Amino acid sequence: MSIDLTRIRAIMAKELRDYRRNRFIAITMTVMPLVFSVLPIIDIFNLSASAPASKLDKLVGLSSLYLLLIPALVPATVAAYAVVGEREQGTLEPVLTTPVRREELLLGKAAAALVPTLLIAYAMYGVYLGVIGLFAHQNVVTDVFKASRILPQLLFTPLLAGWSIWAGIGISTRASDMRVAQQLSVLVSAPPLAVAALMSFNVIRPTLGVALGIGAALLVLDVLAWRFVSALFDRERLITGTRA
Amino acid sequence: MTGQNNEPVSDDAALEVEGLTKRFGARTAFENVTFSVGRGEVFGFLGPNGAGKTTTVRTLGTLLAPSAGRARVAGLELTPQQGMAIRRRIAIMPESPGLYLRLSVAENLAFFAGLYELPDASERIARSLRAVNLQDRADDLCRSLSKGLRQRVGLARALLSDPQVLFLDEPTSGLDPVATREVHELIDALRKRGVTIFLTTHRLAEAERLCDRVGIMNTTLRLIGRPDELRDRLFRGGLEVRIREPLAQPDAVFSPLPGVDAWRQEPDGSYLLTVADPAAAAPETVRALVAAGADVLSLGPTRHSLEDVYLQLIDTDVEAQAR
Repeated sequence: MSIDLTRIRAIMAKELRDYRRNRFIAITMTVMPLVFSVLPIIDIFNLSASAPASKLDKLVGLSSLYLLLIPALVPATVAAYAVVGEREQGTLEPVLTTPVRREELLLGKAAAALVPTLLIAYAMYGVYLGVIGLFAHQNVVTDVFKASRILPQLLFTPLLAGWSIWAGIGISTRASDMRVAQQLSVLVSAPPLAVAALMSFNVIRPTLGVALGIGAALLVLDVLAWRFVSALFDRERLITGTRA
Repeated sequence: MTGQNNEPVSDDAALEVEGLTKRFGARTAFENVTFSVGRGEVFGFLGPNGAGKTTTVRTLGTLLAPSAGRARVAGLELTPQQGMAIRRRIAIMPESPGLYLRLSVAENLAFFAGLYELPDASERIARSLRAVNLQDRADDLCRSLSKGLRQRVGLARALLSDPQVLFLDEPTSGLDPVATREVHELIDALRKRGVTIFLTTHRLAEAERLCDRVGIMNTTLRLIGRPDELRDRLFRGGLEVRIREPLAQPDAVFSPLPGVDAWRQEPDGSYLLTVADPAAAAPETVRALVAAGADVLSLGPTRHSLEDVYLQLIDTDVEAQAR
């Protein structure tokens, strides 16, 4: 099977253009990241300079978790819209009559959800690091800028987004109602966060090796999810609501 | 070149369908459908709601897998392996054009040009828009367009890839008469360009006006042929006679005429004669009327519309189902 990049690019460009002009998606993609970035910053600045190291550690862990909610939750809504939204609009059938492969259609839609999510998530993390670096106490700065904090954040962001996107598209492929798809997608996107939470709260000791190991596991999960969702994508079922 | 029932011979066929059947579980959408459509032909596919027209289009368009039978679409065997190659050669315009309403007309077309990997996308988009007379609306958002204009954008999209076979599913459904006429003109223009068109419609006058041949479907393909041929097949010949005053003894005038099998008077006062050959029966009929002292206003063969053919056929089906 050969994947055609022209078609994937065409799908991605169309999706991004459509998102930009969809007020609901634009608001979701703006408000959620702002909330998940501002809250941890406020929490950290409310902490007194004399707070014990354990409390500081816990709070920084919580902040990291908040920031990981951006890649976990933001693309879920968009991905949930991907297939069932097109079905509801009546735009899916014309697309399926073209020479596009299901893998290309799904990759194009996934890429369109992933790219803005990564841009937003990394930008918010950058803002968080910048504000902490410039204005926080030195002990907070030391904790936040530890490699064992930054690496999982950088590594897990695309992987959590990947899971969230494939879960969302998978649900969207089978759902018959967009709102149900969006609610389920948000629900299903959360479980992998548990691993990140365990690392953030030092239940799993955050070392480079552990972060890479968990990252590899998430990557495998993402690839399996892509394959599974591709198998779920049945033209006949999508057109008629009946299995082939 | 045509074969039996005016069927185009297979080596020149854009569509060849043989015993095609589609079932959804216990429900049969259509069954044992056999026909062929020649290259450059406009073929009308008629039938009541639920007759299986759209499902046939979706099956031939590789969206649904047939349950039985075989077909060749644009020269390719209808198999899962050929799906992509077939979709490169055809275009389908569904009943609802399915446009991205937040995108402009040109953006919609550019997206589809990308899906078809068209190398000269801008040129093709401009050409398609010119073909549907929408070149001035390229930058308009689709949500700002009327239903008729959206239908035209749908047609422009279907023309982008220069398809060998164009499936139009109820292209004038819900359109006002002006928009309907515009779509008809577009279909006429496409016919002149030699595009094979498979048109499903409820509008019988539309099929009669646009189609070279029609097939009437009601789960199975009930009839196929040229509209005039179907009329001849379903209705015996007839003569319609209009005279100034009703005849005192019509039976005495019409019954002795050779070639007249039956006659009846219509509510509007005219007489309908059932004849085997209207051209042969007409002179004798005129002479008999004149001899009976009638003032003949007009006399000519009866005209049955495609609608008469359709209703006759579907009514027969309904009666058969009731039995």
